[in-house]
Amino acid sequence: MTHAQKLCISILALALLLCATTSNAVAQGKNPYAGDAKVAKLGEFEFRANCAFCHGLGARGGGRGPDLTRTPKKHGDSDAEIFNAINNGVPGTAMPPNGATQQGVGMTEEEIWQVVTYIRSVEKKPGTVSGDAKHGRELFYGNQGCAACHMFDGKGGRLGPDLTGAGTARSTEYLMESMRNPSRRLAQGISEAMKEFSVEYETVDVVTNDGSNYKGTLLNEDSFTIQFVDMREKVHSLDKASLKSWKKSRQSLMPLYDEKALPEKDMQDLLAFLVRGAAGGAK
Amino acid sequence: MKGKLIFALSLITVIAAAAVAQVTPQRLLNAGQEPQNWLMYSGDYSGRRFSSLQEIKVGNAEKLVPKWAYQTMAGGKFETTPLVVDGFMYGTGQDDRVFALDARTGRPIWQYQRALPQDIRPCCGRVNRGLAILGDKVFMGTLDSHVIALDTKTGNVIWDVTAVDYKKGYSFTLAPLVIKNLVLVGISGGEYGIRGFIDAYDVNTGERKWRFYTIPAPGEPGHDSWEGESWKIGGSPAWITGTYDVETNTTFWTTGNPSPSNRGEGRAGDNLYSNSLLALDPDTGKLKWYFQFTQHDEHDYDATQVPVTVNVDGRKLILQANRNGFFYVIDRTTGKLIRAESYAKVSWTKEKDSNGRPVPAKEGSPTPEGNRVCPGAAGATNWMSPTYDPQTKLFYVTAREQCDVFSTAPQPYDAGHAYYGSAYFPNDDAAPFYGALRAIDPDTGKIKWEWKHPSPTWSGVLSTAGGVVFTGDAEGNFIALDAASGKPLWHFQCGASVYSSPMTYAVDGKQYLAVAAGTALFTFGLP
Repeated sequence: MTHAQKLCISILALALLLCATTSNAVAQGKNPYAGDAKVAKLGEFEFRANCAFCHGLGARGGGRGPDLTRTPKKHGDSDAEIFNAINNGVPGTAMPPNGATQQGVGMTEEEIWQVVTYIRSVEKKPGTVSGDAKHGRELFYGNQGCAACHMFDGKGGRLGPDLTGAGTARSTEYLMESMRNPSRRLAQGISEAMKEFSVEYETVDVVTNDGSNYKGTLLNEDSFTIQFVDMREKVHSLDKASLKSWKKSRQSLMPLYDEKALPEKDMQDLLAFLVRGAAGGAK
Repeated sequence: MKGKLIFALSLITVIAAAAVAQVTPQRLLNAGQEPQNWLMYSGDYSGRRFSSLQEIKVGNAEKLVPKWAYQTMAGGKFETTPLVVDGFMYGTGQDDRVFALDARTGRPIWQYQRALPQDIRPCCGRVNRGLAILGDKVFMGTLDSHVIALDTKTGNVIWDVTAVDYKKGYSFTLAPLVIKNLVLVGISGGEYGIRGFIDAYDVNTGERKWRFYTIPAPGEPGHDSWEGESWKIGGSPAWITGTYDVETNTTFWTTGNPSPSNRGEGRAGDNLYSNSLLALDPDTGKLKWYFQFTQHDEHDYDATQVPVTVNVDGRKLILQANRNGFFYVIDRTTGKLIRAESYAKVSWTKEKDSNGRPVPAKEGSPTPEGNRVCPGAAGATNWMSPTYDPQTKLFYVTAREQCDVFSTAPQPYDAGHAYYGSAYFPNDDAAPFYGALRAIDPDTGKIKWEWKHPSPTWSGVLSTAGGVVFTGDAEGNFIALDAASGKPLWHFQCGASVYSSPMTYAVDGKQYLAVAAGTALFTFGLP
């Protein structure tokens, strides 16, 4: 074989490779089933089997996964971007790559497109949050005291979950429920690799052997130790056996904001701040 | 004098030869009599996962220290129970890795990594739970549905046979079981609409000697327990290692869910032999009797828990804490149920039939909007091994207290694609999930003690003659407990959830414990 022949073959191989890559990218770029109601139904079944665990029935959002009926999507709103979010996961979030949870089977490319088609079929029009985000921001950092325990964009307290991304990661129904009845569903804390269940923001009451009493929120726990942050934002990691007593409760430390404490209009303003702030507005 | 020396030398030779002697069918039969070794998945044919080693005991377990760790550096669940034979350890890792180690130091002798096809899609992780051994071969079932024999000294492939086409959703994840000159395996794939089977292969050639389909074909007894053509894709895999009773020459295997796993529509009937205990003749694969734990299952209640054989007061029993939440005591000579008592929260059944068997309640079926049922889809326990301790006469099992909401998702069957027929997710009521190691008295079905885990775990349990039981938890601890009282004696933080069943062995008279967690196999011993 001459040098020229070798070069030709190399170029041909490269061209084939490019060709293959391109066709793959094209296949992923366009939803072959867009708008097909029958496929959307198949996608609903796939969604239930693979996605509802976090994103809830009807894609309306759950404890871990965002409400997917909302538009635009935070991590890309084109069909191809939604496909890629499902197939490759979303770095920096709890969204795993397709099949990586090791609890189920994972989906084929075709099945992922079915799910994309389904998600499109249940989307609602944007603009469902109508409150005054600027006033919501004032409430958050001011009178309502949210920032005493919650951070938003790096400012605020540490006792409760950071709410920077909550507006896009949770449905408005979930956020409202969290204000009106915070103990109904506790927010999730640390998730460890391969561990099935995340820690939740449970309330901890501890009395040490020297009689010190601490109240706070749970950071982590195993059979022998407990990690928590107390009301003064001090982090503790203690051996359970060394304590005089300790107990956990699913009664959230967050006060219950009923209509009297937080009128409906103010709640809508806070929601607008959380949702639009999370989307990059209302700073 | 010279004669004596020769005698002494030849005695040494005999002893040395014994130390490197190959594993024979006879040694497998008497595996319990050489507790320094761990010759099969559950330790011996009884499935008790009990060791008569007692260097480590209640009085000194608190002094346990790590001895060595072996890293596979592979992601995913590390589910192996390794074998140990005369100082060498043989285990499997994620993605069908196999390793042979010096059991004293953890140093690798050889490693094997199967070249798996790109398009395998095993349910629930690229896992493997272990090997079987006979002569100079270790045997493995692979994720691409082959059965292979590797040379114990080199890891070279001696034979490699295809059991079935993996592209239709079939795979192997279990540790095989060697009986006489046959290696027995059961297939995985209950999430794909397969037709399950148990196979036996000649240990020397890999030739298949028999296959028992876990779903009867037309004309066979039990076939009428399936509606129409549903039997062809009815699942009923057999993905956990069986046990063996030499006295009656019977091997006991268990089967998993009918497919689709969570939707009964289209497969009316009991769906035999899904979720069953099967008594087979190991020489022919002929069925002697069966016992079905959950008829017409709609909650993925696989019966794939090791069927533990125990003799109590002259009665020959099988004990099984089932995924459906009941602890079953069965006469293993007849397959007749003696007792079924719940050992975890149960809501799928409201009554028992005339034989004492819990029967599914209609209102437990999945609905379009979802129906909360206990236990949840992962079950009150799962594949992680239980143990029976002949000293305390207690049965120890990892229990999972978790309920799920089951909703319908009637996917059409498409070969090789997921075929659940339903979805499940944790119920969001305020009751938190948790796990527990429970010590059950087989005489009454009552729980003698429990050790509560903060969250449900996938770790199996080991019992030892030192009066210590060992288990792991989802928080990453490997824990030693007093078998009589459940009092914690010692623990070690492995740094990742335990998804395996521990074992024990000895080298040079020193007892070790081994457990896989995260990417590492850890061993422990006294200082």
